[in-house]
Amino acid sequence: MLAYIARRILSTIPVMLVVAFVVFSMLILSPGDPAAVIAGDQATPEDVERIRAALGLDRPFLVQFAEFLWRLVNFDLGTSIFTNLPVTHMIAQRIEPTVSLMVLTIIFSVTIAVPMGVIAAWKAGSWIDRAVMVFAVLGFSVPVFVIGYLLAYIFALELDWLPVQGYTPIARGFWPFLENLILPTIALGSVYIALIARITRATMLEVLAQDYIRTAKAKGLGTRPILFLHALKNAAVPISTVVGIGIALLIGGAVVTESVFAIPGLGRLTVDAILRRDYPVIQGVVLLFSFVYVLVNLMIDLLYTVFDPRIRY
Amino acid sequence: MSADTAVAAAPAQVEIFAPEKRRGRIRTFIRRHPAIALGGALLFLMVLAAVFAPLLSSIDPQALAPARRVRHPSAEYWFGTDMLGRDVYTRVIYGTRVSLIVGFAVAILASLLGLIIGLISGFIRVLDGVIMRVMDGLMSIPPILLAIALMAATRGSVQNVIIAITIAEIPRVSRLVRSVVLSLREQPYVEAAIAAGTTTPRIIVRHILPNTLAPLTVQATYICASAMITEAILSFIGAGTPPIIPSWGNIMAEGRALWQVAPYIVFFPALFLSLTVLSVNLLGDGLRDALDPRLAKRI
Repeated sequence: MLAYIARRILSTIPVMLVVAFVVFSMLILSPGDPAAVIAGDQATPEDVERIRAALGLDRPFLVQFAEFLWRLVNFDLGTSIFTNLPVTHMIAQRIEPTVSLMVLTIIFSVTIAVPMGVIAAWKAGSWIDRAVMVFAVLGFSVPVFVIGYLLAYIFALELDWLPVQGYTPIARGFWPFLENLILPTIALGSVYIALIARITRATMLEVLAQDYIRTAKAKGLGTRPILFLHALKNAAVPISTVVGIGIALLIGGAVVTESVFAIPGLGRLTVDAILRRDYPVIQGVVLLFSFVYVLVNLMIDLLYTVFDPRIRY
Repeated sequence: MSADTAVAAAPAQVEIFAPEKRRGRIRTFIRRHPAIALGGALLFLMVLAAVFAPLLSSIDPQALAPARRVRHPSAEYWFGTDMLGRDVYTRVIYGTRVSLIVGFAVAILASLLGLIIGLISGFIRVLDGVIMRVMDGLMSIPPILLAIALMAATRGSVQNVIIAITIAEIPRVSRLVRSVVLSLREQPYVEAAIAAGTTTPRIIVRHILPNTLAPLTVQATYICASAMITEAILSFIGAGTPPIIPSWGNIMAEGRALWQVAPYIVFFPALFLSLTVLSVNLLGDGLRDALDPRLAKRI
């Protein structure tokens, strides 16, 4: 067991190395002169040279990559071209809203989506099932910013129930904090809910067809204990896998949701960095998000043994 | 994926692609595959709008008219005008072109490249480990962020958007193809073919490709849908097609500043984007159900 955990943790190292290499080499392998692209059309040759040096593009590729890795190991993501501040510093300033938004969205989505999928599977073929499936198709088709604007228009502009935009740190009270995040959470959660509801329904359909469920019914157990204790426990592994994989959707969606609702988080930082062509910042955010994504999925992998005692490594 | 999938898929394929002539057969088809019929019809309308955009509007999508800035939708300007006086209806119709070109191009390119990489990985065992580690790494970067980072390193153009999204989508396709290849290699009839001395290219053409076609087609429709959303997101946050091109993401980005007073500038491209993605997703769900009944039962 311990050996498995150690091996699993070690196996993420090559994945993270590939991530670092891809993110790093994109700038060098991109067609044309990246320093000139980043400097923009109005830049003087001196500007281009300054940026080339700042990005380390004037040295050999492997030397650059080794230095880049060494800095990563020391939690150094480089310096912003625009503000001259360390990228880690800029990320630290912007991380709270994004983490809040994503944690809220995960909690909200799982709480809604799992019962939705369970009920749809239990009532397979009924109008509830159909409604859930239609919702799932719509959730996949309507992009997050469309839902965001729609929600903001209805609940903030027309009904005036919630603030249109902005963010309040949690330190200034829980309700003001929550009030600002309700609409972004629903908007960001829509795809995620669709994804989780769909996989929950599919897995539950499979589990409910098994013999032990029939036995539980035969011995007179109520519907609720059968669904939520006996069946859901066996469906937990595929569901949690999708919850983990779906975080990639959330990360991409957060960038857009923060733009729609003017939330000063990492997504906003990324968008600003794109407009200023501040490549080190973009690089830093992408690396951070990817590493978090890998680690979350590693944790879920290790959680399998809790959900399913049959899994013993 | 196994031999019986292919057997099950064969009649369904004939049914789908057979020319429909009599009305009764069309009705049967719609009843049996409502998702394909609805999705296909919607997508066909969008393709028509894209092809005949100049006939659907006589106005130039770039034409500036400061005198008629931010007009609300009316009989004259169906979808209103934006802050530079450009006709939103015309721009949305022309935007169909960008979205469909990006969606189709990414779907085709990612499928082809993913197929090649998956085949190499499935057949050349020496390279399998390295290729799959690289794919694992690429898959660990959330697709939209990967596309953002790629776009940040190049100039904004439709071509670069297509390349960036394709790179982000390739790992999923190659994993799919590889898994099909690996399971097929264990099939007795493929083993028999290998034992009989059939060359690898012939095995690929005769046994692997036909079995890859169904899951790959379904995957391609989903890629098309997600590529259209990604393109809109990239343009919306300023990392996509250059602002001069009327893509739905660009129109929404320009309408963003005014969305509280003139929500229609954001609303109409959003509606078209959602409908187009919905049509492609419906088509994908329908094709999945028709081509692979076993998978349909599971998902």
